[in-house]
Amino acid sequence: MACFLVPAGVAVVTTVVQKVAERKERKAGAQEQGELAASKRVAPTSQGVGATATAERGAQPAGKWVTRLRWLNTMLWGGVALLCLEHVWHGEVVPWPPFLTAMETPGQVGPMLHEMVTYGTTMTVVILAAWTLLVGIVELQARARRARETKAQATDRGA
Amino acid sequence: MWLVVTALAALVVTALWYANAPADRYKLGFLSLVYWGATLMWLVDRVLSYAEEGGPFLQVDADGTALGLSVLVLGLVIWLVRLLVPDPKGVLRAVRRK
Repeated sequence: MACFLVPAGVAVVTTVVQKVAERKERKAGAQEQGELAASKRVAPTSQGVGATATAERGAQPAGKWVTRLRWLNTMLWGGVALLCLEHVWHGEVVPWPPFLTAMETPGQVGPMLHEMVTYGTTMTVVILAAWTLLVGIVELQARARRARETKAQATDRGA
Repeated sequence: MWLVVTALAALVVTALWYANAPADRYKLGFLSLVYWGATLMWLVDRVLSYAEEGGPFLQVDADGTALGLSVLVLGLVIWLVRLLVPDPKGVLRAVRRK
């Protein structure tokens, strides 16, 4: 009936979290650029430093957690969009107020809320679990790679 | 049926993404996540409905197949917009410059 509204609500929150993380990352990047310019004794003209920082920001890949939050948001928003189409197809969502056909009949509001709590919450939990698993696998792989690199460096120094 | 169609699309797109990985110029990783998100949500919906109401787990009918194909098209449209906005090959930018 309206189960996709629960993951949609969570997607709004996680999108805000992603935007905040991006902003923090950008600030940290700009600060790093400023420190680099100061250490190189480059005249910090607003145009020069700003242009360099922007150019490098554009070239830089997104940070680790921003990328990972983007995976979660893609799964949530993608799922919500496709489920919304399914609900429109079945006549459960309409383009006029109150948008949800279940809202038009008072007897349907209770089952709709029940479906949102049970189905919607489970959907969100499953998506979050899948994302956690994905991030866990990627993190374990990254750690293994770092350990291999450290070991190789130590062997090179020894030889 | 739309669950099966979306799950198949998710598997195919993931395989295509993996064949080109780690390069992801055409954002197939994005498309696979869109399809996986929907597949997982519909899987939960089917499992809970089956547990509550019983009946056949999957219904194979023309309406469900048509919905499955419409879902695939919507996923592709979302992916195209996501792909064409950054325009990785610079095709649209070149057209605009002319």
